[in-house]
Amino acid sequence: MGTVIEVQRLHKEYGSLVAVDDVSFQVMAGEIFGLLGPNGAGKTTTVECLQGLRHADGGQMRVLGLDPWKERSSLRRRIGSQLQESALPDRLKVWEALDLFATTSLSRSAREQLLEQWGLADKRNTSFSSLSGGQRQRLFVALALVNQPEVVFLDEVTTGLDPAARRTTWDLIEQIRERGTTVVLVSHFMDEVERLCQRVAVVNHGRIVALDTPARLVEQRAQQRRVLFHWEGEPLSWLESLPHVRAVQQQGNQVEVQGDGAVFQHVAAALLQRGIEPDDLRVERPTLEEVFLQMVGKSDEE
Amino acid sequence: MRTLMKTTWVELKLFAREPLTVLFTFAIPFVVLFVLGGVFGNRPADPHVYRGFGILNYYVPAYIALVVAAIGLIALPVHLAAYRERGVLRRFRASTIPVWSVLGGQVAATFLIGVLASLILVVLALAVYHTRSPQSLVGVLAAFFLGAIMFATLGLFLGLALPTARAAQGAGVLLWFVMMQISGPGAPPEVLPTALLRVADATPLKHLVVLMQDPWFGLGWNGPEMLIVLGFFVVAALLTIVFARRS
Repeated sequence: MGTVIEVQRLHKEYGSLVAVDDVSFQVMAGEIFGLLGPNGAGKTTTVECLQGLRHADGGQMRVLGLDPWKERSSLRRRIGSQLQESALPDRLKVWEALDLFATTSLSRSAREQLLEQWGLADKRNTSFSSLSGGQRQRLFVALALVNQPEVVFLDEVTTGLDPAARRTTWDLIEQIRERGTTVVLVSHFMDEVERLCQRVAVVNHGRIVALDTPARLVEQRAQQRRVLFHWEGEPLSWLESLPHVRAVQQQGNQVEVQGDGAVFQHVAAALLQRGIEPDDLRVERPTLEEVFLQMVGKSDEE
Repeated sequence: MRTLMKTTWVELKLFAREPLTVLFTFAIPFVVLFVLGGVFGNRPADPHVYRGFGILNYYVPAYIALVVAAIGLIALPVHLAAYRERGVLRRFRASTIPVWSVLGGQVAATFLIGVLASLILVVLALAVYHTRSPQSLVGVLAAFFLGAIMFATLGLFLGLALPTARAAQGAGVLLWFVMMQISGPGAPPEVLPTALLRVADATPLKHLVVLMQDPWFGLGWNGPEMLIVLGFFVVAALLTIVFARRS
């Protein structure tokens, strides 16, 4: 399988705000590649640079062998875009939108097929403003596919949809891949990425903090443990020198030791050796949700 | 070219689906004309006002210019600013439709709507009040073409420069209303104080009104006014290019 997208050291600033600091990854032909991260992590800016919608300040990019900025008009013909926070004119009808976005005249049957596939057949004469959130998103994806692109960019395609509509959309995204189209999926939902993506890059503060298959990401992080106990006394920073310990945090009388594997056993033995016997000594494994939050630094900033 | 025709056609359809804008564009000018006609009739020329022409004779070409100004200053900027505000323009930019054909489609649609609204106005004025028909049709058409393109370009600039549709609406209506009062389609220029005439000189509508009226009344083609209208067009076009690149 060939490389469809190649990004090296992408950097983008808006004034003094660094949106994308240093991002590198590759997307292979035929995969669904996920960019996962909290709001403001730089995911959207990254894919906007890849689609030639923004000029990157630094780094190299190739999409389908093209420079996304310098050759953006040729690139547009070969990619499909579903943008976050975009709209169509209120009174534009569904079939008119498809007609408008098609580069070559769309045959009636091709149009009907797209409408049928995306569950919009009975909405063909409905104006954009009268569509529900889910219908709008499906229309956007249909518009992204109307020119039979080689790569499709989907940016938070299920945000704001009810659970049933999300699942329908997921099925449809899998169908896109089955037809051989490469998909770049931007999301802040762990479950979505886990369900759809072959590989996922976790982005935070403009950097990739992890890149792997969803299963391996969870597996690696599932090795992590937290040892918790109460302690009133001198700082326990010496715990950091123990095997399997990554960090020690003390807040008030609450101690949290982060590590992996046999960290609990080592901490317990070391404490015992020094005569410290906290009666609430316990170990916690991270949940799936926490794996993600941990990777993105528990940031709740938008 | 095919894309431009597609976007123009879509813009025309979208326009036709906005009942208020349609009403405003097509109905207001001749409603006002009919009120004036009812009040004054097509009173014969008085050399002291209305450039020495009959009242309704004077107003018909001025109102054509006013219609073109309304579409360019209000309808188009509000429409375009709403496109930007709501992400429609972004949506188009990310597709195979170049921004220039979106903007071009809006200019072309504006032009065609202006043609239709002007035709309605002229036909009704000729039929009901037997106003003078244009002495130089070529001159009037040339003036119309220049004026419509100039105001549409000005509209593009406003639509790209103003932050929201509401801002565009406010600015557009204000500009249009001031121009309507002082630039010819309102009070006759002869009764305006000098200060207001100076202000009117700075408005594009004033010059378009004269550019339309002169060939209409057989006074020939007004070269200096043409240059001024062209000047407004060039400035508006340059500003449009600057803001289109930035947005």
